[in-house]
Amino acid sequence: MLRTLASRLTQAVLVMLVVTACAFLMFRYVGDPVRVLSREDATQAEKEELSRALGLDQPVLVQYGRFVGRVLSGDLGVSFRNQRPVATLLAERLPATLELVLVATVLSLSVGIPLGVLCALRPDGMLARLIQAVSLVGVSTPTFVTGIVLILLFAVTLGWLPSFGRGATVDVLGWHTGFLTASGWRSLILPGITLALYQLTLIMRLVRSEMIDALSSDYIRYARARGLPERYINFKLALRNALMPVITVTGLQIGSLIAFAIVTETVFQWPGMGLLFIQAVSFADMPVMAAYLLFVGLLFVVINMLVDVIYALVDPRLRTRAA
Amino acid sequence: MKFAWLACTALAGALAFAAPATSKTLKWSSQGDIVTLDPYAHTESFTSNVQHHIYDPLVRRNRKLEIEPALATSWKIVEPARWRFTLRQGVKFHGGETFNADDVVASVTRLLDPTSRAKGNLANVVGAEKVDDYTVDFVLKGPYPLLLNDLSGIFIMSKKWLEANNALKPGNTTTGVTTYASSHANGTGPFKFESYRPDVGTTLTVNENWWDKAEHNLTRIEFKPIKSDATRVAALLSGEIDMMAPAPLQDLQRIAGAGLKVVEEPSLRVIYLGLNLRPELLAMPGQKNPMLDRRVREAMRQAIDVDTIQKRVMRGKSRNIGIMVAPPVPGYSAALDVVAKFDVDGAKKLLAEAGYPNGFKTKLDCPNDRYIADEQICVAIAAMWKRAGIDVELKTETRATYFPRQDKGETDAFMLGWATLPPMDGYSVLSALFATRKPGTAFGGNNPNGLSDPRFDDLAQKAGVELDETKRQAMLTESFKIARDEAYFIPLHQQPVAWAMKSNVDVPQFPDEYVRLWFAKVN
Repeated sequence: MLRTLASRLTQAVLVMLVVTACAFLMFRYVGDPVRVLSREDATQAEKEELSRALGLDQPVLVQYGRFVGRVLSGDLGVSFRNQRPVATLLAERLPATLELVLVATVLSLSVGIPLGVLCALRPDGMLARLIQAVSLVGVSTPTFVTGIVLILLFAVTLGWLPSFGRGATVDVLGWHTGFLTASGWRSLILPGITLALYQLTLIMRLVRSEMIDALSSDYIRYARARGLPERYINFKLALRNALMPVITVTGLQIGSLIAFAIVTETVFQWPGMGLLFIQAVSFADMPVMAAYLLFVGLLFVVINMLVDVIYALVDPRLRTRAA
Repeated sequence: MKFAWLACTALAGALAFAAPATSKTLKWSSQGDIVTLDPYAHTESFTSNVQHHIYDPLVRRNRKLEIEPALATSWKIVEPARWRFTLRQGVKFHGGETFNADDVVASVTRLLDPTSRAKGNLANVVGAEKVDDYTVDFVLKGPYPLLLNDLSGIFIMSKKWLEANNALKPGNTTTGVTTYASSHANGTGPFKFESYRPDVGTTLTVNENWWDKAEHNLTRIEFKPIKSDATRVAALLSGEIDMMAPAPLQDLQRIAGAGLKVVEEPSLRVIYLGLNLRPELLAMPGQKNPMLDRRVREAMRQAIDVDTIQKRVMRGKSRNIGIMVAPPVPGYSAALDVVAKFDVDGAKKLLAEAGYPNGFKTKLDCPNDRYIADEQICVAIAAMWKRAGIDVELKTETRATYFPRQDKGETDAFMLGWATLPPMDGYSVLSALFATRKPGTAFGGNNPNGLSDPRFDDLAQKAGVELDETKRQAMLTESFKIARDEAYFIPLHQQPVAWAMKSNVDVPQFPDEYVRLWFAKVN
């Protein structure tokens, strides 16, 4: 187990080096921060001076080397645009994104799995067909369309829920949470649904097909022949096996949810990391972009490791093999 | 039905406002957030705009955008390069400190610090010297007519407060210094800073002890940035915000249809096409540049049907213009503001006269996310030029990559917008767009494509030091006449500025797109 972990960690470092190197290669195509940051009528000399101050007069390789050196010493740098430490900016935004992703994940699992089971148990029922049809819409509608439609319906027409922002937040040891106020929860509903919708339908369809597979396998037929209770067969035997791929997908999807959150956060003005990243892109704020990509790389690596561990817990065969 | 709905809203409104009769909060939204609270750590006009509610400059713009006294009550030029300002007495900062000459000197010193991001905003000033507690001298590099224009954007900070919070030096990216002043604010302005959270909002409360008589009736301002246009409109329609600036043009009808107020007018920003005037075009390497011929440039101007662009692309909201500067700006002349007549046949004839009966090849470069309908305008122009026989290769791209390319002169014909801000003076056009680019000087900063006319350089030199306002404005107008006669540029239109607000909110609009809530009323 330890050896696996160590090799995983080495991989992680490599992955992140590659990610950030790619990021630095891409930066020259996202634009020139000097132009974005200077006044409209700035002189050439002013622009050159700013370029020097930002270290942009150096070759890309040198810039990258400096970045890696800084990161190794635990410093993510300072944002070009608002001149605050990038680590602080990310830390400020992390709670908003994580709370949103948490809500979306819980929502998609708690709705997606039961619906999937339902569709698998009665594949030809009216309800199952209806759910199947609706889920197609869920998979194919772009996130921003879902978001805008929800806003128009629930915020503008009905006036039930807020159209943007996080509502009131409470500061708990530096973590701004929206979980402790009514307006915080109300604000979570629309973006939560928007973000969850794709994953929800994905999980539902996955559970359905895995479940149908499992139900038609020999051990289930044998269990039926033994006269075990239907409930036990469906949930204890079939569902448990069907959930294996769901764990992998959910884990990886949490990573993608943070990436997908960029769109949802922009639509709902959700002050999370996605919104921060989008703004960094439009202002060519390289330190913020680099740190964000580094963070996302790290996130995927960590999630992959966690998924492996959970796998071992759910599937006893993996445990014995590792031992 | 509609009446019932209106009655309900009115009732709800009445109830909402009946409770605390004195509390008037204005919630407003824009697409971007402020960058920092430190006035000297940025060069963004929107951030300045929000900060102007907290901080006062020495002189400010009134309702007609004329310069009037603010923290300075009067001024005179004692020597060509030395201006003496008398300061207002009895002014207090929000933190209770008394305002005096030390604050002005400390502010100017802080702004001119080599590490300050905004030092270019006061490029012609060497420093400020205290004469007595309420008199300050500004020492300049030479005679300079636009000092007041510059000062109208320079906010005065409190020396004691800066000292107490160890923020006498501005924030700096290279050294990673971020100061107390970037997340806190202490000015003398009409509103006091309450809180700031990036991308969530900024709240201000009224300053009861403001030195000036308040023309607004607000007690509190909540600024909430909303990046997505659709969401911002939804928030206004659902009543979560009271006002938005700007409002997306495509939604104006819907907003007005929902019983909200839409105000719009042409802004100072003139959208124009610039041309490559170097020996060769990028599209035709190795051949003489046709655009060096005045007739060709004239033909390119005549071939554009600006009326159709105004009606179709701009939905009738823009104002077509024939001069490179907007009406309220010094140097503007109504006599020169005559839109070139659209005439394809005339354009073809001019091209033939110039020796290009079969047209020529050029590139056209435009941003697609900077100006209103920028991409659509360029698509239309490319089609119009093609009709006149000019072979156009159009490229549109995002502003972050477009502007650096444009700035390096990697374009043949390009779109740009110029609002003469912050000085709000025609000299900004003459010095940045008309004058020849000379590295190491302030001239030609936005003239990357080889335009070089000695008359412009001469006028720029002279107008830059002319302290007689009538003579100075005559020089500016002269330069606009040359630009027009020589067809060096193709001015298209002033782009519109549109705001939307609830019907009980009254916020005056200005062509410089500044939101001045010290003139706002909530009824």
